[in-house]
Amino acid sequence: MDLNVIWFLLVGVLIIGYAILDGFDLGVGVLYLFVKDENEKRIYLNSIGPIWDGNEVWLLTGGGALFAAFPVVYATVFSGFYLAFMLLLASLIFRAISFEFRGKVSSQGWKKLWDLLFAIGSLLPSILFGIAIGNILRGLPINMQGQYLGSFIDLLNPYSILVGLVSLSLFTLHGALYLTLKTGDEIRNKILPWISKLWIIFILLYAMASFFTMFEAPYLFEGVLNNFLFWILFILMLASVIMMPVFIKSGKYFMAFLSSSIMIAAMIGLSALSLFPRLVPSRISLDFSLTIYNSSSSQNTLMTMLIIALIGMPLVIAYTFFIYRVFKGKVVLTKESY
Amino acid sequence: MDVVLLSRIQFAMTVGFHFLFPPISIGLAWLLVIIEGLGWRRKDEAYITLGKFFGKILALTFAVGVATGIVMEFQFGTNWAEYSKFVGDIFGAPLAAEGVFAFFLESGFLGLYLFGRNKVSKGVHFFSIIMVAVGATISAFWIIVAASWMQTPAGYIINNGRAELVNFWAAVFNPSTVIRFFHTVDAALITGAFMVAGVSSYLILKGKEIELAKKSMKIAVIFGLIVSLLELFPLGHESGREVAKDQPAKFAAIQGLYSTQDGAPLAVFAVPVMPPPELKAKIEIPRLLSWLAFGDPNAKVLGIDQFPQEDLPPLFLTFVSYHNMVVLGMLFILIMLIAFYYLLKNKLWDKKKLLRIFVWAIPFPLFACELGWIAAEVGRQPWIVYNVMRTKDAVSANVPAGDVIFSIILFAFIYLFIGSLYVYLLFKEIKHGPEMLTVKEVHE
Repeated sequence: MDLNVIWFLLVGVLIIGYAILDGFDLGVGVLYLFVKDENEKRIYLNSIGPIWDGNEVWLLTGGGALFAAFPVVYATVFSGFYLAFMLLLASLIFRAISFEFRGKVSSQGWKKLWDLLFAIGSLLPSILFGIAIGNILRGLPINMQGQYLGSFIDLLNPYSILVGLVSLSLFTLHGALYLTLKTGDEIRNKILPWISKLWIIFILLYAMASFFTMFEAPYLFEGVLNNFLFWILFILMLASVIMMPVFIKSGKYFMAFLSSSIMIAAMIGLSALSLFPRLVPSRISLDFSLTIYNSSSSQNTLMTMLIIALIGMPLVIAYTFFIYRVFKGKVVLTKESY
Repeated sequence: MDVVLLSRIQFAMTVGFHFLFPPISIGLAWLLVIIEGLGWRRKDEAYITLGKFFGKILALTFAVGVATGIVMEFQFGTNWAEYSKFVGDIFGAPLAAEGVFAFFLESGFLGLYLFGRNKVSKGVHFFSIIMVAVGATISAFWIIVAASWMQTPAGYIINNGRAELVNFWAAVFNPSTVIRFFHTVDAALITGAFMVAGVSSYLILKGKEIELAKKSMKIAVIFGLIVSLLELFPLGHESGREVAKDQPAKFAAIQGLYSTQDGAPLAVFAVPVMPPPELKAKIEIPRLLSWLAFGDPNAKVLGIDQFPQEDLPPLFLTFVSYHNMVVLGMLFILIMLIAFYYLLKNKLWDKKKLLRIFVWAIPFPLFACELGWIAAEVGRQPWIVYNVMRTKDAVSANVPAGDVIFSIILFAFIYLFIGSLYVYLLFKEIKHGPEMLTVKEVHE
């Protein structure tokens, strides 16, 4: 296995880490739209209050790692998705500050404003995450020189919007499962019916998206069906989807949340496996695609970065576990809460 | 309008706004280490109350810092794609390292510090604020590595039409990293000291929790005096020497030295007028610049006449921002010295005027930070990587001007909105003052 492949895997791990962790707090933010009661709203906010920022760091670190390992992809995709990125950044800004700002003034209008900004700031990134993946999967208009030729409107094609809805429903389901761990019976009993609905919506959307992928991006299936790993991931995903309602029924909420986390990992794993070794396929000709070889940094940099990752990531995982353990269990509102 | 200029405006605006917050966060975090440490060692709940109070200001500041920082991580790719492709082999690593070694640390432990006071032991809680301060400082380190490499690139070769990494440590510890790191972090400590001093002064003047405020004022004045003095010597001095050695054109511009001289004077005050560039109404100290820059009062200092026109930075902006930064730095020392003197004589609490000056002084270290960065980064122009790549060649080739205008307007509105709300909420928090613990909480 060469360094380029290792970095393909590591970027994948960062994207999976981001989707699992920020995925549930974005989902909580989407569900927040449907909450009326002030006390309930605060429980939602404080269920992710101490940890959401650390979760979002996976996105920042993913961006940094992509820049370091595959600078051509970072430069091409980020400048190509210019307006989409600006909207994403704007919504993440509002989301980040709404935690701190919301509770500081006790007027109704003020609270409503930050409720709205928080919900939009959660909804938009959840959709844009899928839209970005959808566009990558179907390929971008990239010419021989590796330049992106599309515009903002091109990104909003039906297929990518469908994938955007997949990620929206996925994160919302994931967030609802997370909330079952953080709430008492009263609120949990409101969330449980949502979970069964979201589960069905997600499965339908995902099946539709997979179906259309065969037409939008047939190249993704070439060869991959003979790959042993593909079937392992596929079965893993299927098993976790099926187990989710089983665990919920028997009251094993943590196992249900774990299942949806594994499902997210397997889903992204499947997409990554089909893309490999491409990072950004070209719609104009697959030969113009940005791959892990033609868009990577030098071997020296990839090695240096690997050492940084090997030193840093175990530390990150260790204290992330520690902090989650401190805050585990149901939310209790105190004076320090948001 | 020109995309290069537009993207520069956007970068200057977003980074300039962002940098209002990290210095407060870094400075406050370290002062909170002292305050919480005293509370822990002395088992004195006064410090815990102070910790909670300044912790709220830290949380507010940190949130806006994080929110505006996200933009920075992605803006190299969105607006400076050609730059990103050219330097990605080197420049991406410090950004990734900042994420791995700093962002996770500070964000994780800040949550623990703010919400975990009753969930973990006092020792672990104290440890969490130390980790916040360490994380914020490591973050400063890696981003300054990246910024310094643009000023004094090292450890690379040009290969395959891009800069490729040859020696990681040479790139990390390039000639300007270490001095810029200490100079910048010390500026953040000054900012934090003036924030705590200003807020404490306000509380004393308003007669709110005076005994508490005196405790934090004492810490801020002693700490503030030390860090303000350090900023002049050795940090400011060494920083200037480094620029004189490594970036002579920039040095000539910030010092307003328009013709090469042996035994060059230091312009203490002047108004630069052009063209041709000339200092009007100047007050100079003979030979001081030569002595400061090279340790020899007769040393030759290169003026801008030694460099081709197309390699020169804007002369007016660099001169004015640099000199105002220095003047502010001197004022900080003066204010802290006077306060320290009265503190020793135990008269500080009666000096209402001085306390009022402290209240008004809160934003001035931030002005100094901004001016310093303007001098440093505008002084780097017309290069994006000094003497290697020009700014005009670095911009994204396929982002239309209209898109950039849209995002400039978008961020201008967002930042104006957030900036005013931040100030409003900060005032509200300060006016509210620290909340004394109830008897029940003390025993918890």
